[in-house]
Amino acid sequence: MTEPTAIVPFDLLPPTERPYFGRWGNGLVVVLPAHRPGPSDWGRGGLPHGGAWVHLGEEGMVRAFTGKVEVGQGTRTALSLLLAEELRLPLSSVELTMGDTDLCPWDMGTFGSRSMPDAGEHLRVTGAAARDLLVELAASRWGIAPGEVELANGRASTKGPGAARSLGYGDLVRGLRRVATVPPSVRPTPPTAWGRAGHPAVDVSARAVVVGSQRYTSDLRLPGMFHGKVLFPPSYGARLRRVDLSGALAMPGVTALHEGELVAVAAPDLLTAHAALHALRAEWESSPQPSEGEIVEFLRQHPAEGEDFWDKVHHETGDVESALASAPVSIHATYTSAYIAHVPLETHAALASWEGGRLTVWVGTQTPFRAREALSDALELSPSQVHVIVPPTGSGFGGKHAVEIALAAARLARAAGRPVRIAYSREEEFVRTYLRPMAVVDIHSGAEKDGQLTAWKFLDLNAGSAAARLPYKVPHQRIDNQPAESPLPQASYRALAATANNFARESHIDELAHRVGADPVEYRLRHLADDRLATVLRAVVDQAGWPAPSPEVGPKFRGGRGVAVGLEKGGRVATFAEVRVPEDGRLEVVRVVTGFEAGAIVHPSNLRSQVEGGTIMALGGALFESVHFENGRLLNPRLSQYRVPRFRDVPAIEVLLIDRPDLPSQGGGETPLIALAPAIANAIFDATGRRLRSLPLVPDGVVP
Amino acid sequence: MPAGEPDEASRAGTRLRVNGSDHRISLERDRSLLYVLREELGLTGTKYGCGEGECGACKVLVDGVAVRSCLTPIGEVVGRSVTTIEGLATGDELNPVQQAFIDAGAFQCGFCTPGMIVAAASLLARNPRPTRAEIRAALDGNLCRCGGYLRILEAVEKAARGSVDGARGPA
Repeated sequence: MTEPTAIVPFDLLPPTERPYFGRWGNGLVVVLPAHRPGPSDWGRGGLPHGGAWVHLGEEGMVRAFTGKVEVGQGTRTALSLLLAEELRLPLSSVELTMGDTDLCPWDMGTFGSRSMPDAGEHLRVTGAAARDLLVELAASRWGIAPGEVELANGRASTKGPGAARSLGYGDLVRGLRRVATVPPSVRPTPPTAWGRAGHPAVDVSARAVVVGSQRYTSDLRLPGMFHGKVLFPPSYGARLRRVDLSGALAMPGVTALHEGELVAVAAPDLLTAHAALHALRAEWESSPQPSEGEIVEFLRQHPAEGEDFWDKVHHETGDVESALASAPVSIHATYTSAYIAHVPLETHAALASWEGGRLTVWVGTQTPFRAREALSDALELSPSQVHVIVPPTGSGFGGKHAVEIALAAARLARAAGRPVRIAYSREEEFVRTYLRPMAVVDIHSGAEKDGQLTAWKFLDLNAGSAAARLPYKVPHQRIDNQPAESPLPQASYRALAATANNFARESHIDELAHRVGADPVEYRLRHLADDRLATVLRAVVDQAGWPAPSPEVGPKFRGGRGVAVGLEKGGRVATFAEVRVPEDGRLEVVRVVTGFEAGAIVHPSNLRSQVEGGTIMALGGALFESVHFENGRLLNPRLSQYRVPRFRDVPAIEVLLIDRPDLPSQGGGETPLIALAPAIANAIFDATGRRLRSLPLVPDGVVP
Repeated sequence: MPAGEPDEASRAGTRLRVNGSDHRISLERDRSLLYVLREELGLTGTKYGCGEGECGACKVLVDGVAVRSCLTPIGEVVGRSVTTIEGLATGDELNPVQQAFIDAGAFQCGFCTPGMIVAAASLLARNPRPTRAEIRAALDGNLCRCGGYLRILEAVEKAARGSVDGARGPA
């Protein structure tokens, strides 16, 4: 018997030592190395970024690899389209592997709307380099100049009429074992010349999705698999004093463990796992926790030092204090955004399996490489001993960064000596993951009598700095954010700080426009410092019909219209909203027009879905979503208690996509959300004269 | 357990007809259909979303009508015909609703899709030409957290047009 060859993840081997050809056969491999974070470059100089590689095999298929993951945002198809474009072959000839830490290039994670600008660009240049090499191969085989070779539909051919020669890519690379890196000189196809990208395409997983054969982590099963349950504290801040596992251990087949903070059980079936969890006897020590009514004051009184993306920012120009002191028009107001939950329809799930000291975890995470690192650290393994695989995931929205569930499954699987799967219940998903941070934003502005903005003092407490910078020209400004100690678990969320900061700014701008008697659109256009954003705003108000004939105002209801803009993560958004407020105050959002520009559009139907879907998701946070809490407990951790948008909530939504093939593609999953809440708040003000400064605007559906 | 059912019946196993095949399930008759489909029969196309009938991800057809399998004890479907998302296509030929979901790009993460398709198929079976308002009402119990509602509406309308056109010629 021979010793099994140790498996080393591709990203931990030099490009030339990776067993590409052993795994996928002969062919051509092109690699764009990742730029990994190190002590010297993390956060300074070039940002770390993932890489890409492609393998073009003898069967004519392209296998491509990226560390990004698909959580429903449609990037699998969009990225595959970019490769099909560069390599001049049908979408069906591209097989993209995402988020598998044994096979994919290292990547920071799928967040921040970076999949298109980063992974998209990396796959484009890698595909373009592979294309150039295919041309060279054909040219040298035929003894002609590269300029005489053209590639189309997976074949290389001689150009023009005459004795045409033609070979499929598979034949061209037959017998080859070549690994090349992407040269700096490579020229990807400009979007203006795109034939496949930029055009409608059917999602590559469509058939599996509609027949129910797409397997999410929660659907996976291995032979002999146990089901795991984790014992969670009864409230935030509670500490485990002691736990007695004997009740669970006495049950046949049950594994129970207490390792560090983790108390968990595993059993042959889910029902026994539940029973075993209830057989645990735990004593907790809880401490008083702030409740919802006191949260704004609590956050103000508990500043914290930030880390990662909650780092403090400070931006200052001019002399804001003197400008404020001398401004004839001045407004000072506070805007808040509530803690809300991601509510991914698939709750967190992880399946762990050990084989010969090596751990494999299938987990719906947005950060597989970070998960590998965290798992290997916690379990005292080398990174090579951990394999993280991200199956299709039932949405994330920034909520699936945590590794706790993967670690719990791994520990249970080790203790039970068999694979273990954990899938959170809906209530566990609400309580035991994390929330979108609550935000408190203070704005103090100053303007001339004619409305010209002179001063802007902006402080975001607890949410972060995204979209805090002004898209408007203001000579004196100070913009800060201040992290705080949150009593509830909080972290990333789709467009989190951008939503809070944009709501505050665009509401405030509306207040200023009304104060000086200016048209809110004209007022914005007068101050906008960004032409692309102004273009989007003009397109939206043209479509909406602004300035509007005054909305129907009858005896039964009052109508109102509002606009807002936003500039974040390279995307530009403008939203128009029209509302009706009947006599009983029950708000109806009648119509939404959102314009979005994010450079060259790669996958138009998917981008439209992202903008529409983002608008609907944002509608929940704008109008009614909010977690309620008291002394360390969530009061509404169920779907019957926490309302998310349904069919009945969906207004008429018109989406204007503005394509800029002359500009690099940016992400479209987040920025389209950020102008909706202020547009609705501004429309409510237009209808009723009530200025609502807290999200959600109408928790019980009624304008106060 | 429904009144009057002897314990013997439970122990002998509950007979379920799912996607045209008979299965014997040796579990209590109050066990949820969702649990049995996913954990006993391996039919994982039907999803858990909330366990309290709020999200519709677990919908299956029982005698052609969409029900929430998380709230349906298996005892209730004895002698009836259960169809899951896996049983909706006829061989390679997709149900018109499935095809329309592909054509309209009516999913993002796809997790709500099986329940949506089942609910739409149930609607179209009894109302082949629903209005937009009727579609919204019929699908209001199905959550799509990705917010894909507009594409889903388009898909169901497409499916309705297609099947009506197919059956009765051009409208």
